[in-house]
Amino acid sequence: MFLQLLLSGLSFGSLYALIALAMVIIYKTSEVPNFGQGEMAMLSTFVAFTLLVTYGHSFAISFIGALLFAALLGAFLEFVFLRRAKDPNILSLILITLGFEMVLYGVASWKWGADQRDLPFPVSDFDLVNLGPAVISYLNLATLLVTLALMLLLFLFFRYTKVGIAMKATQQNPMAARVNGIRVNRILSVTWAMSSTIGAVAGIMLAPVATLDPNLMLEPLLKGFASAVLGGMTTLVGSALGGYILGIIENLFGGYVSLEFKSIVAFGIIVLVLCFKPSGLFAKHYIKKV
Amino acid sequence: MGTLLEIKNIETFYGLIYALRGVSLTVEDNTITAVLGNNGAGKSTILKTVMGLLDDQPDKGTIEFLGRRIDGKDPEVIVRMGLSYVPEGREVFDELTVKENLLMGAYIRRDRGGIKSDFDRIYGYFPILKQRENQWAGTLSGGEQQMLAIGRALMNRPKLLFLDEPSLGLSPLLVKEIFRIIVEISRQGVSILLVEQNARMALSISHVGLILENGRFVMKGKSNELMQDKDVQEFYMGVRSEESAKGFQRWKRKKRWR
Ligand SMILES: Nc1ncnc2c1ncn2[C@@H]1O[C@H](COP(=O)(O)OP(=O)(O)OP(=O)(O)O)[C@@H](O)[C@H]1O
Ligand SMILES: [Mg+2]
Repeated sequence: MFLQLLLSGLSFGSLYALIALAMVIIYKTSEVPNFGQGEMAMLSTFVAFTLLVTYGHSFAISFIGALLFAALLGAFLEFVFLRRAKDPNILSLILITLGFEMVLYGVASWKWGADQRDLPFPVSDFDLVNLGPAVISYLNLATLLVTLALMLLLFLFFRYTKVGIAMKATQQNPMAARVNGIRVNRILSVTWAMSSTIGAVAGIMLAPVATLDPNLMLEPLLKGFASAVLGGMTTLVGSALGGYILGIIENLFGGYVSLEFKSIVAFGIIVLVLCFKPSGLFAKHYIKKV
Repeated sequence: MGTLLEIKNIETFYGLIYALRGVSLTVEDNTITAVLGNNGAGKSTILKTVMGLLDDQPDKGTIEFLGRRIDGKDPEVIVRMGLSYVPEGREVFDELTVKENLLMGAYIRRDRGGIKSDFDRIYGYFPILKQRENQWAGTLSGGEQQMLAIGRALMNRPKLLFLDEPSLGLSPLLVKEIFRIIVEISRQGVSILLVEQNARMALSISHVGLILENGRFVMKGKSNELMQDKDVQEFYMGVRSEESAKGFQRWKRKKRWR
């Protein structure tokens, strides 16, 4: 029972981890928690659905198409809304992200209505893999593996590619980045595109277990945000761990204490973290030399 | 010998603060030019204005680099023309390793072989950086960070290098070492515009010196001549001349510049 809860907790946690990663990547560069993240992912998931169901493309093509859409959407939103704000403060940036959150939600509701749909997924949610004392569905297993693969890619990207390092450089010191010739605006576009793509993967992996409607990402976004806060908002590894921890705790709580209040666990945890370690569990306390 | 950089009569504002009040300056090939001045004189502002770091500045005047206008251009464009900048306070990428910092200095280059040999060259100037290669820049000492900032700027293979107070916060011994390397860099064919509070050191290695006060140049000359100048000695190098009562002489000397 414990192992079982742990395992499915991990699977959900990995989705939270993806959303948290998506948010943190933007937060570190644009210094704003992007509350439009969920709707960006939701819309991209609908694009996958449309390609798959309406146009009858293969899953692979629909998946890739949706990710491309997500990347363009991210770059577009950054370019059109965030970049226009001159000398913005954090509050106006948050308002901007909330603004396009509402616009995207409106677009999805208008285009696809409030009907609940099913995203046909090539991996089954019902067939189970036997892992000794516990079982896991193929879908959950796929979620776990895809998430891990994506994280590995991100790690390699930030560690070994010039653009990845330039992205970190821009996050740490935009002025110094510029005078080294890094086109900061372009880095911002790439950041948003990447983040949006990661969110879209989360959305598409989530759709088969949830139902596909414009509310798809409402709760997962809050959970992902909670995970990011738990992890400290500024470290990628921390926020991913935050996602896994939240998924597991939530599932254990649901299994042993109360299923009804499972969703509330996330917010309980946020409150606790903010009370006792406001910088998050994994934030590095790094003291800048003067 | 040609002119690398030509600044003509620039005026720069920070909002309503009038920071540069008509500054003209030329930097010739293969020279070290030193700009001296007290806190708040506007030294850093000159460099920031030329680098294109201040939005919509200079308000007036023109800047030419290699015969092309660069005022109003973005720093991303200006560095690509061969102008590198070591900002005041070093501004290394704290959470990148030393190696990654240097790599970012070479961001605009594609020639792998050249980049590799420049790594070796810079580790030759600053062997300590080689030892710290895989350490986060934020964990380096102030002096090591200064070396890294200079190394990073050189990775761009600049024709002209801006140095903003490289001696800031360093021990006298390290200041000497850094200045020795600055001279070596300039011998390799990189011209240097050096902003300093440490007038003695700056004048001892530079060819031309200029003195800035309240956003205007008040003096300009060959560095070795400036070093002999009584006013410069008194106000910028801390040499005391015969003191008269009530600081009267000080006032009189200052007056002469205006
Ligand atoms: N961002 C800014 N906003 C407003 N005023 C500024 C800003 N930066 C500089 N100033 C003002 O412009 C003037 C020149 O500043 P600058 O930094 O160029 O001086 P500096 O000669 O480099 O001094 P220091 O030797 O202390 O570095 C100062 O009066 C300063 O207060
Ligand atoms: Mg200064």
